[in-house]
Amino acid sequence: MLGLVVLHLGCAAALPVLTRWLGRAVWAVAAVVPLAALGWAFAQAGPVLDGGAVTERLAWAPALGLELAFRLDGLGLLMVAVVGGVGVAVLAYSAYYFRRDTGREAGLLLAFAGVMFGLVVADNLFLLYLFWELTSVASFLLIAGRGRGPEHRRAAEQALLVTVAGGLVMLLGFVMLGQAAGTYTLSEILADPPRGGLVPAALVLVLVGAFAKSAQYPLHNWLPAAMVAPTPVSAYLHAAAMVKAGVYLVARLAPGFAEVAPWRELVLVVGLFTMVAGAWQALKETDLKRLLAYGTISELGLLIALLGVGTRTAALAGVLTLLAHALFKSALFMVVGIVDHQCGTRDLRELSRVGAALPGLLTVALLAAASMAKLPPFVGFLGEDAGFEAFLHDAFAGHGWALAALTAGSLLTVAYTARAVWGAFAGKPGVAANGPQRPAAGFVAPAAALAGLGLATGLAYPATAALTTAYADLYPHSGGGTPYEPALWHGLTPALGLSALTLLGLAVHAARDRLAAVSARLPRLPDGERAYRAALVGLFQGAVWVTRRTQVGSLPLYLTVVLVTVVALPGAALLLAAPPLDGVPVWWTPLEVPLAVVVLTAAVAATLMRSRLTAVLVTGAVGYAVAALFVLHGAPDLALTQFLVESLTLVIIVLVLRRMPTRFTPAEQAPRARRLRAAVALAVGGFVAAFAVVASQARRGEGVSVEYLRRVGETGGENVVNAIIVDFRALDTLGEISVLLVTSIGVASLVRVWRGAVAEPASAAGAGPRGPGPRAAPQRGEETRAVSWDAPHERWLPGAGDRAGTERSVLMEVVARLLFPSVVVLSLFLLFSGHYRPGGGFAGGLVAALAFVLRFLVGGRADLGLAAPVDPAVVAGAGLTLATVTGTLPLAFGSPALTSTPWEVHVPLVGAVHATTSLFFDIGVYLLVVGVVLKLLAASGGARVPARPASGRGGR
Amino acid sequence: MKTLDLTMALVVGGLFSTGVYLLLQRSLMRALLGFILLGHGANLLLLVVGGPPAAPPIVAGGESPDPRVYADPLPQAMALTAIVITFGVTTFLLALAYRSWLLSGHDETQDDVEDRRIGTAAERADVEPAPAARPDTPERGEGDR
Repeated sequence: MLGLVVLHLGCAAALPVLTRWLGRAVWAVAAVVPLAALGWAFAQAGPVLDGGAVTERLAWAPALGLELAFRLDGLGLLMVAVVGGVGVAVLAYSAYYFRRDTGREAGLLLAFAGVMFGLVVADNLFLLYLFWELTSVASFLLIAGRGRGPEHRRAAEQALLVTVAGGLVMLLGFVMLGQAAGTYTLSEILADPPRGGLVPAALVLVLVGAFAKSAQYPLHNWLPAAMVAPTPVSAYLHAAAMVKAGVYLVARLAPGFAEVAPWRELVLVVGLFTMVAGAWQALKETDLKRLLAYGTISELGLLIALLGVGTRTAALAGVLTLLAHALFKSALFMVVGIVDHQCGTRDLRELSRVGAALPGLLTVALLAAASMAKLPPFVGFLGEDAGFEAFLHDAFAGHGWALAALTAGSLLTVAYTARAVWGAFAGKPGVAANGPQRPAAGFVAPAAALAGLGLATGLAYPATAALTTAYADLYPHSGGGTPYEPALWHGLTPALGLSALTLLGLAVHAARDRLAAVSARLPRLPDGERAYRAALVGLFQGAVWVTRRTQVGSLPLYLTVVLVTVVALPGAALLLAAPPLDGVPVWWTPLEVPLAVVVLTAAVAATLMRSRLTAVLVTGAVGYAVAALFVLHGAPDLALTQFLVESLTLVIIVLVLRRMPTRFTPAEQAPRARRLRAAVALAVGGFVAAFAVVASQARRGEGVSVEYLRRVGETGGENVVNAIIVDFRALDTLGEISVLLVTSIGVASLVRVWRGAVAEPASAAGAGPRGPGPRAAPQRGEETRAVSWDAPHERWLPGAGDRAGTERSVLMEVVARLLFPSVVVLSLFLLFSGHYRPGGGFAGGLVAALAFVLRFLVGGRADLGLAAPVDPAVVAGAGLTLATVTGTLPLAFGSPALTSTPWEVHVPLVGAVHATTSLFFDIGVYLLVVGVVLKLLAASGGARVPARPASGRGGR
Repeated sequence: MKTLDLTMALVVGGLFSTGVYLLLQRSLMRALLGFILLGHGANLLLLVVGGPPAAPPIVAGGESPDPRVYADPLPQAMALTAIVITFGVTTFLLALAYRSWLLSGHDETQDDVEDRRIGTAAERADVEPAPAARPDTPERGEGDR
């Protein structure tokens, strides 16, 4: 069955291309596909009609309950017959109807046939939902057309919105139903239908979706509006197939859920009301297609009531009527399409004496209309007879008034049938005859075939009965006697009397002028169309209202909203559900207290400072104190890294700050705004603190790291933190160093790239258009004077000679010269000892970077270039490459990625050296960190210092 | 029980408060400092919720470790990489502030004018859908000539 769906969709995709060569013959190609589906289905008819089923399953995402499950049973077979049979007829008819956009329309119609086929054989709720929405999308595209007017677009949008919104509601119902049943397989749910709990609510939601799709009051308006679509689309989607999806779903679920309140009440009230109201409205329409559309709404109401009520006879009546309706309604649409095509109008006030000119078409129309009026011996009569029988004899609450409504609806059906035939074909006084041309035989043939089938299935009622009772037999036969079988003659039964009574509808039609006067005085039904428009306008206005109030453009305000939400929602939950806080110590070691005081004082000071530099230094103090807290908590690695990072951050911020104003831009702050900000900040802080205490108190189980502690020996090291970084969770580290590299590239781009060109750093900062220009001029004079008397003669640092004399300090140069190699050695020591002691790639890399920072601060840019004579990007890239290669190399040897292998080498004099391959990973991290910092230095400190030599002092 | 002590909770809360306070200001440089303080708060939080102070998680070879003796190494590893990432993001923010200063002469975040324009879209354009055409005069299907 999946194959057939794919065949439909594949051919549909190919049709637009084929059209170029085949022209109109493409419709023949298209018609072959549903014919194949039809043939396949009838080949399975034997076992299926005996109560069996053909199933097909393909696991898709079993863990989510998603399965491509298909199942063809009696009801599915009938629906496939309707979808495929009418599909073939409509595609054949379309060959004469469409003049342009052939490829698109053919492809879409065939795609629709495919998804509709999928819908009726789907055996999984989600799969059904998928096809359900795809039919809505196909309907949208077919109504909207290409290059048609706003009327089409609006109708398409309305059909899409109503059916898709209904579909979403239905999906919710499906989920609730599936959860209650413990499975999403339709046949399993129906084999053991769940009861109680959320099931009634789920059923109501599913019914809403079905009602929207099948155009039940008050969700019916999209269907008449959709009549702007081409007639083949109306005949297929909006009469025979798509609108039957809701009916099909009701029919599918009714055997399992008809007894669950309020299912039966809902389907009876909504269905029968729709039947009467739709038929009544059809009597007032003058556009033949809209007349038929209201007729369709009315018939769909009848189908919902019959198939939903949940008794055997009613179900039999339902499937018979379903079959009959598909045949006669699509035939009638085709007839109206031909009338429209030949006469140029389908307004019954402008049509006259068409029947006399086109007797053949009139015959076809009468055949179809007779079935619609439920006259014997047409198949429509079989359905109506069974329907009366069901409502007369089946015992369910309220069957008396249901019978009355059914009779009234059937009577009105006869009336609007008469109106349709009269409107299309009769001569009308005062209206000129249209004198249409005779249509091509092939144009009429599909309609004739469908109308003829309506007669044939009625005459050959035993065969029809065989096709339909397979579904009806899902219900147990209740009451005595033999179960009801469809037949043209049951004797003089009350049902036959009621059928005869409906012929009074002809009198209603005859009295149409008086009726119009009466109906003009009757109160009108609430206008669903207006409600839909009002809802749409309200939605747009609501969206604008919300946007205006939430999107004010101020970042601090947005952030405030986010933070207030964080405090208000999880905070409220915390307050309500927090356990009592007993056993929380004031401190674990008294040493924490002085450090806490330092951290808090410095942090508060950072918020108060007006000078940028002071604020930065105070923030640095916070960082160092936090590092000390790390030591207290047994995290030397962390403390080391924190300490190094803090120093680097300070240096880089100060390097950038040199070029910015020393004080913050004084902001005009309303005291109220400041107080609000402080309140939000305190609330967030309080929330985080409370959350931390409560969350840490809730810890019960052992940490995952117990296993890390136990197995650290396998990594060939002793430092568990380092082992986690380079071995246990090396993939995380790989991701993090990549992020680091990306940020450094971002920084370099932001600083160096100036309006599309790579700016020379000097011009960017010193002579830039808005740079601190006034300061640069005196500087140059100072520089020239300085060189003459204060330049050091010794060259301790190779590149330092490039700097101005006043900026140099011999003492610093000596210290830097002496320290640099030692610091680099220290960094290597940290790198290699990281497996055993605090250290590792991050710490080592940071130390090495600091060594280069020292050279830069003291010796300047040129000296840094001599100290590290490679492009920083190459260093960083090499680091990332090394780490990645080390990580992926084990794959080549059949191990998982990032596996590390210990090895041992004998070095002369040193002896045996133990190492693991993860050391190379760590070296990669080291190189990357060095490269990133060099790149940052080049970006942030690359410019010549225009101001006083703040760099040398700022660094210390 | 591995609960947090009040002093550390206070420190973490204080860091978050001051960080948020600075982050809510319009000066990008202040926001940057706020970000750094928030970062300190978050890293410290990661570490201290791991448990009370204990020995550094360095296990000598061959020893069968008692997890109660050692500090939890996993939060440490997480915080370690978090510190380095915070550094990277800090420099990125700094570059943003610097560029904003270069371009506009100050480093204040400005209100987004486009956002305001969206809010007043209703006044500037007719957002209501056009009224529906009369229902009894639908347009013709494709087949009409």
